[in-house]
Amino acid sequence: MTSQTRTAGGADPEQPAASPDPPAGDDHAGNDHAGHDHTGHDHAGAARRRWGGIGSVEILAAILILLVIFKNQVSALLSVQSLATWTTVFVSVMVQAMPFLVFGVALSAVIAVYVPRAFWARALPRHPALAVPVASVAGVILPGCECGSVPIGASLIRRGVTPAAALAFLLAAPAINPIVLTATVVAFPNNPEMAVGRGIAGLVVAMIMGWLWTRLGRQEWIRLPYRPDLEGVSKARAFWTAVRHDIVHAGGFLVIGAMAAATINVVIPERWLLTLADNPVLSVIALAVLAVLLSMCSEADAFVAASLSQFSLTSRLVFLTVGPMVDLKLISMQSGVFGRRFAARFAPTTFVVAVLVAVAVAAFAF
Amino acid sequence: MNRRAQAVTMLLLGGALLRATFADLHLRYVKEALGPFLIAAGAVLVAAGAMTLWYDLFGSKADAAADLPECADDGHSGEDGHGQRVHKEPRVGWMLLLPVLGLLLVSPPALGAYAAGQAGSALSTQQQSDFPALPPGDPIALNVSDYAARAVFDKGVSLQGRTVELTGFLAANPEGGQYLARMVLSCCAADGRPIKVGLAGDAPTGQADDRWVKITGVYNDRIGADPVNKSQIPYLQVTAWAPTEQPRNPYE
Repeated sequence: MTSQTRTAGGADPEQPAASPDPPAGDDHAGNDHAGHDHTGHDHAGAARRRWGGIGSVEILAAILILLVIFKNQVSALLSVQSLATWTTVFVSVMVQAMPFLVFGVALSAVIAVYVPRAFWARALPRHPALAVPVASVAGVILPGCECGSVPIGASLIRRGVTPAAALAFLLAAPAINPIVLTATVVAFPNNPEMAVGRGIAGLVVAMIMGWLWTRLGRQEWIRLPYRPDLEGVSKARAFWTAVRHDIVHAGGFLVIGAMAAATINVVIPERWLLTLADNPVLSVIALAVLAVLLSMCSEADAFVAASLSQFSLTSRLVFLTVGPMVDLKLISMQSGVFGRRFAARFAPTTFVVAVLVAVAVAAFAF
Repeated sequence: MNRRAQAVTMLLLGGALLRATFADLHLRYVKEALGPFLIAAGAVLVAAGAMTLWYDLFGSKADAAADLPECADDGHSGEDGHGQRVHKEPRVGWMLLLPVLGLLLVSPPALGAYAAGQAGSALSTQQQSDFPALPPGDPIALNVSDYAARAVFDKGVSLQGRTVELTGFLAANPEGGQYLARMVLSCCAADGRPIKVGLAGDAPTGQADDRWVKITGVYNDRIGADPVNKSQIPYLQVTAWAPTEQPRNPYE
C-alpha cells in the first residue's frame, strides 16, 4: 500500500535531468532500485544471486512447509471480523481477476510471438496522431477488464507500436468494450444516456491521453521489465516463456493492488461518503477518488454506481469514467510493467483528464 | 525467484483455482458464471507451470541459452553502469503465494453480517416499475432482493395475500433486533452489497448474527431506514422461521 501512495504522490527521486538511460526497448538499465522495497520480501535476495546451495525453490518449499504447520494460527486471525472480511475481499479480487489476467497475458504472448512486427505497421496509420484514434476505437473489441490490458499494452510497445497508440488502446479497452457498456445499460435501465455518456467519455479520454503522449510523452519514462529474449527459440517455447514472465510479473503487482483495494474496502465506512453527496463539486471529487481507491473491475462498477443513488448522475459518470482507467491495482501494475517514472506521470494525468472529460460529457448529455 | 520456483508457484496458483472451483468454494468470492473461466485460467496456469518445468529440465541447450539470463546474476547487461544486475521482476512473483495461501489454506468465508453492517442496503432506485404477479406456490420462495423491491417500489401490491419464504442470514439492526440480510454480487465480493429486510412479528430470537435462517411470512407495510445510507428497508411479518444451512451460493 505504501508504494502506491509514494508513486501516486509523484515524488521521483531518480529523475536526473540528463539521464543517460537507453530507450525503452532496452529493458536492462538498473534504475529500478527504488522499485524493490515494496515487494517487501525477506527472501528477495535469493533472486539476485545464487546462494551456495539455497535457491528460490528451497525457500519456496520452506515457506510452504511453515504455512502448513502454522495453518491453524493463520486461520485463527479470521476470528477478527474485519480481518476476515479483508481476506474475503482480497481473495475475491484475485479470483475475479485471474481469468482476465491469464487471458490478457495469453493474448499478449500471442502478440509477442505469433504476430509479426510488420502487421502493426500495416494495421495502424504511420503517423502517431492518426494511430491514436484507430487504437482507441480498437479497444471496443477487447472484452476484458483492466488487469488484462496492461500486459497487452506492454506487449504492443515491445512489438514496435507507437506508445501513444498502445496507451490509448490500454485506456480504451476496459472502458468501452461491449461487456462493460451492456452492464451499464442493465444497471441503469432508467438512464440509457449513462452507457452512451460512458462510451463517449472513455473514448475521448483515451484519445486525449494518446495525443498528449505524442506531444509531451518521453520514451525514457517507459521502462519495460527485462524479459528473456524471445528470438531464436522455438515458437512454443517463446510463447510459454512470455506467459510465465507476464503472469509472474503483472500478477505479482496485481496482488499488491488487490491488497490495497481490500484495505480500502474494509477501512472506508460508507456513511462518511454520503455526507459529501449533496455538494455538486465535492460529490464529483469524492466519487472520482472512490473509483481510484476501490479498484473495482470495470464490469462491476456500473452496478455499484447505480446503488450510489444519493449522488448526482454527473458524479456517477465520473466514477464510471475514472474507474477503468486509474485505480490502485492499475497503478501498481503500471508501475511494475511500465516503470515507476511512467506511472507517476501517467496515472495522475489520466485522472485529471478523465474527471474533466466526464464532467463535460455529463453537462452535454444529462 | 528463479524459473523453477516460478513454475511451482504457477502450478500452485492454477491448482488452487481449479480446486476452489470444483469444490464450489469460488461461490464465496465471485459469480457462478465465472466458473468455466476460472477452470480455463487454472488450466493455463498449470500448463504454464508444467511447460516451464519441462523446458527447464529437458529443454535443448540452444534454447536454454536464450532463456537463461533472467535468474542468473551474470554479466549479461553491459549497459548497466552500476555493475550489478538488479531485477525486481522475479521478486514480485513471491506475492503470488498470498492468493495461494488464501485459497488453499485459509479459504475465508463468504461476506456476512459484518460486511452487511458496514454498507447500506443496496436497493437500486433504478428498479423497473412493473412487477409481474408472483408464480403460484404457498409459500412462494423469493429472493430477498425480489421481496425488498416489491415491498418498497411496488408498495407490496404484488405481495398481497401471499405467503413468502426468504432465505438469508441474520445481521444486527442498530435500532434493535435483527435484519434478515443477503449480499448481492455483480462481479466479486469486493462489490458485494447487502439487501436488508426488517423482521416484525414472530422474529427469530436468541440467534447469533451470521446464522442462516429460512423465514416464512407475509407483507408488512412498515418501512424503515438504513442508518448507513438512509435507504428504505421493508419489513416482513414473520409467521415461522427455522435455522438452515448456508445455501450453495451464499449470494444473490
